[in-house]
Amino acid sequence: MDVAIIDYGMGNLRSVSKALEHVAPALEIAVTDDPEVVARAQRVVFPGQGAMPDCMRELDARGLRPAVIEAARTKPLLGICIGLQMLFDASDEGNVAGLGLLPGRVRRFDPGTARDSAGGRFKVPHMGWNRVRQTLAHPLWQGIPSDSRFYFVHSYFVVPEEPGIIAGRTEYCSDFACAVARDNVFAVQFHPEKSGQAGLQLLTNFIAWQPAPAQWPGAAAQAGDTAHAMRT
Amino acid sequence: MALAKRIIPCLDVNAGRVVKGVNFVGLRDAGDPVEIAARYDEQGADELTFLDITASSDGRDLILPIIEAVAARVFIPLTVGGGVRSVADVRRLLNAGADKVSINTAAIQNPQLVADAAGHYGSQCIVVAIDAKRTAPAPDSKWGVYTHGGRKDSGLDAIEWALRVQELGAGEILLTSMDRDGTQVGFDIELTRAVSDALDIPVIASGGVGTLEHLVDGIVNGHADAVLAASIFHYGTYTVRQAKELMAARGIEVRI
Repeated sequence: MDVAIIDYGMGNLRSVSKALEHVAPALEIAVTDDPEVVARAQRVVFPGQGAMPDCMRELDARGLRPAVIEAARTKPLLGICIGLQMLFDASDEGNVAGLGLLPGRVRRFDPGTARDSAGGRFKVPHMGWNRVRQTLAHPLWQGIPSDSRFYFVHSYFVVPEEPGIIAGRTEYCSDFACAVARDNVFAVQFHPEKSGQAGLQLLTNFIAWQPAPAQWPGAAAQAGDTAHAMRT
Repeated sequence: MALAKRIIPCLDVNAGRVVKGVNFVGLRDAGDPVEIAARYDEQGADELTFLDITASSDGRDLILPIIEAVAARVFIPLTVGGGVRSVADVRRLLNAGADKVSINTAAIQNPQLVADAAGHYGSQCIVVAIDAKRTAPAPDSKWGVYTHGGRKDSGLDAIEWALRVQELGAGEILLTSMDRDGTQVGFDIELTRAVSDALDIPVIASGGVGTLEHLVDGIVNGHADAVLAASIFHYGTYTVRQAKELMAARGIEVRI
């Protein structure tokens, strides 16, 4: 198995698999809820749609939590949308705990009385094409100019405690982290599978990515013993 | 540096074929939805909406292979509407490759459908389409919600109904002026602005576009987050790129 797309029953993974099949027609790509298949995969995509409490519940209902944690420690992993948010400690959405792989919290957009540069209100969800400012040099940004537009649709965003892991930022209501990178993990708030050429380039880069082994303590340990193993 | 306003070409599909005259130079098959979708994508369309206008239930399923084929070739958001009556319909369309599903009449008949669909698949993929018709002139303007192509009055007030479906979990509103639809005289700007300003979720303006200035008007004066048009793009009068160039020249943030 070359790429496993983790399916925990939340939302539509068809778009993710189609885009990966498009950029890597020779690879074996599986949409799976089987922890064994995830364990055998060379690379893992961790997507997500809907509400984070439901996503966490469904992930655990399928016994996928250890498989995700193991993948995040050992192989190239791409988180998308809620798949990014679930890597963090906790979310304001339903006040639910995340996987705790990255320190930080998920918060809701609060437009208040803020106005955009054209005087318009900020609608929530943040829906549409927005610019991504690359704040970290990374193999997954290769061939994609900084400030390229990607497609977003979300009401919550991550607030990482460690600024050093932020790989990209986008302005909406505030200047929020829309991409994070840590060792073999790269995760984005936007949808590369729906972001035209820029998104397909990012997926191509992910397929080619050969990250260095994880540097955090306990990298060789078995998955599931500590949820905070990625912290240094 | 901001979120781009979206331009969304709409393709009407009947029994598996795109209808309304389509007049692109160089298309092998003028009615082939995959080629039309690919062409709009090349022109810079931000999303695509497919409206299944098939009247018979026999022809309904013919939209599914189309969405599958388009989703394998075009990697921008796809919305599908028309005849969506149940959570099972939503599931089938999403599984075929739709990113959002638009619900219209069934939401009026059974508002719980909006809550159920949004609860299961997330608000981000549930669009509620509202066909509105003016029932009182300015300054006491009012609009009613109509079904069956504008023939049946649901008795609902358009703004109240929009607020209700937002509460139920809709992630976006596709707002069509039945008075303007097909007239090419421009959006009902007052309606668009009234609904957009009342809501916290994005609003797509639809109905009446005849010129590129109408698209600008929908954004600037109607406060729409996105504009949808069919005939001006289908007939080859304008390209999506031309629309975006004009919007950019008017100071509107667009993806070019």
